[in-house]
Amino acid sequence: MPEFSFQKKLKELKKMASEEHMHIYEDLSKIEHKLYGGESGTTAWEKVALARHPERPTALDYIERVFDNFLEMHGDRQGGDDAALIGGIGFFEGIPVTVLAQQKGRNLKDNLKRNYGMAQPGGYRKALRLAHEAEAFGRPIITFIDTPGAYPGITSEERGIGEAIARNLKEFSRLQVPIIVIVIGEGGSGGALGIGVGDRVFMLENSVYSVISPEGCASILLRDSSKAKLAAELMRMTSRDLLELGVIHGIISEGEGGAHKDAENTARHIQEVLAQQLPILINKKASQLLKERSYRLLSLGPYYEDQQERGSLISRLFGKR
Amino acid sequence: MGIINKFKTATTRTQKESRVPWRSSGVKKTRTGQKKSELAYIDEKHACPLCHRHIDNKILKENMYVCPGCNHHFQLALKERISSVADPGTFKEFDASIRSVDPIEFPGYREKLEKAQQKSGQNEAVSIGTCLIEGRPAALGVMSFAFMGGSMGVAVGEKVTRLLLKGAEQKLPVVLFAASGGARMQEGIFSLMQMAKTSHAIALLQEQGLPFFVVLTHPTTGGVTASFAMLGNVILAEPGALIGFAGPRVIESTIKQKLPEGFQRSEFQQEKGFVDTIVDRKQLKSTLSFLIDAHIPRREVR
Repeated sequence: MPEFSFQKKLKELKKMASEEHMHIYEDLSKIEHKLYGGESGTTAWEKVALARHPERPTALDYIERVFDNFLEMHGDRQGGDDAALIGGIGFFEGIPVTVLAQQKGRNLKDNLKRNYGMAQPGGYRKALRLAHEAEAFGRPIITFIDTPGAYPGITSEERGIGEAIARNLKEFSRLQVPIIVIVIGEGGSGGALGIGVGDRVFMLENSVYSVISPEGCASILLRDSSKAKLAAELMRMTSRDLLELGVIHGIISEGEGGAHKDAENTARHIQEVLAQQLPILINKKASQLLKERSYRLLSLGPYYEDQQERGSLISRLFGKR
Repeated sequence: MGIINKFKTATTRTQKESRVPWRSSGVKKTRTGQKKSELAYIDEKHACPLCHRHIDNKILKENMYVCPGCNHHFQLALKERISSVADPGTFKEFDASIRSVDPIEFPGYREKLEKAQQKSGQNEAVSIGTCLIEGRPAALGVMSFAFMGGSMGVAVGEKVTRLLLKGAEQKLPVVLFAASGGARMQEGIFSLMQMAKTSHAIALLQEQGLPFFVVLTHPTTGGVTASFAMLGNVILAEPGALIGFAGPRVIESTIKQKLPEGFQRSEFQQEKGFVDTIVDRKQLKSTLSFLIDAHIPRREVR
């Protein structure tokens, strides 16, 4: 079958591109998905439902499968331990890595403990503490995003949820170790981004990532809370949308029928992507890594300007790419 | 988000109880309240909407739009804000042509943008430039809540970033007046990413040993609070401003009860440790020049 060999060739090209040319890798990913991905014709709203599926594997389900000897580390060292945002150290193919993840509950009781994956300031501060600890020992950081958003409650505000997220954005942008971000379920707004700044960002096929939930968008922008389905389309929040918009580097396919039916294969695909990306990032000098991260962060989003000055500004600051 | 009706609770609290009258905690709608500005109220009734003291626009202007009766700080328009901190004639705007492009083609967004542009005569919800503050050179950014609720899309994120990088490049301290309802949802994921972009630019500025001063004004909420607004070397706030991540209505619907009065106001944030100090508008300029003098860039930076 010629089709098949073309797909295979594409995969090989992607692998080659991932060594040096991330932008080509992204383009190839887009082509691959245009040609072979999502023929099922799943709507954005169906993706949202899949991303929130009660049986969808949680971060710990993947952590157990992808890393060896994972040891969870608790506490923000300021008087608390947020169970909605977990962290720890594990080994990936013999390399020690730090893992940070939003953890939804696996059942109702667990969800009460995990606050449905909605972290409070302490969770983000714990993540930052563990990230700095990783940096001190040169361990790469892998983060798994799965949250409806940061917890919008009184305690959260009192302890400065805005400050906690803001600090993470700033500090993660300068950590001198590789950071790989994988959205595994719901990528809910600032709460997701709080552990979402990194060198590579991937999304599971049926995950979503957006600035506000489709329900929130419907009630605020469309002024009709029943229009969440429409909002999900308009927001462009599926993995394919984000790849097309150039916000993520690639999509990780899930097992047959979705991750909730096949955690094993989904975990294996995550493993493959990490196996491909980690060595590339580890081999970069810290200065190069940070320079590339700067480029990426400063280039996020299109806008209009009479004379395009962003490029020259960035190269004045950092020299040539 | 975070837009509130400011006229409802004035009667619940007398002047004696507090020098700072609270704006309502946001229980009442936005949609009707939003349209009618505080200044329009004064034009109509010749009285402060909070303490009901007789004032007119002229007196208010002379008093930097602070009510002489109850110290209520009215929202300032861009021009007034700039003239309240920059030495006369020194503000030189740059990168003013940057504007949004409707990156996810959200229905109705273009029209809304054009309307805001026509109404304000600005291209976007933030203006950036260089100026002198009591003779001291600085980079100055001012957000306008009047422009689509001061919301942050790519253009706003880019301009805030440019402001910070200008500071880094020209070795200037950076001053930013925040006023925003949060991310501009019509720009989808790109608006979220501006939080990462601007926060990163602050890291680059501060690594050069240069300070970033933020002044939080009413209101500063959502994605702006969860990024550059909370990353100042010094964080100042005007009295009575609403400052928070989640808006009051969102929190109330989560916890299913009413929020206490004063929740998320400047005074609350100072008490909780997230604002260095609250400064009256009339003292802001001298406070900023004091802070610029006190933050001498380090000689050796990486």
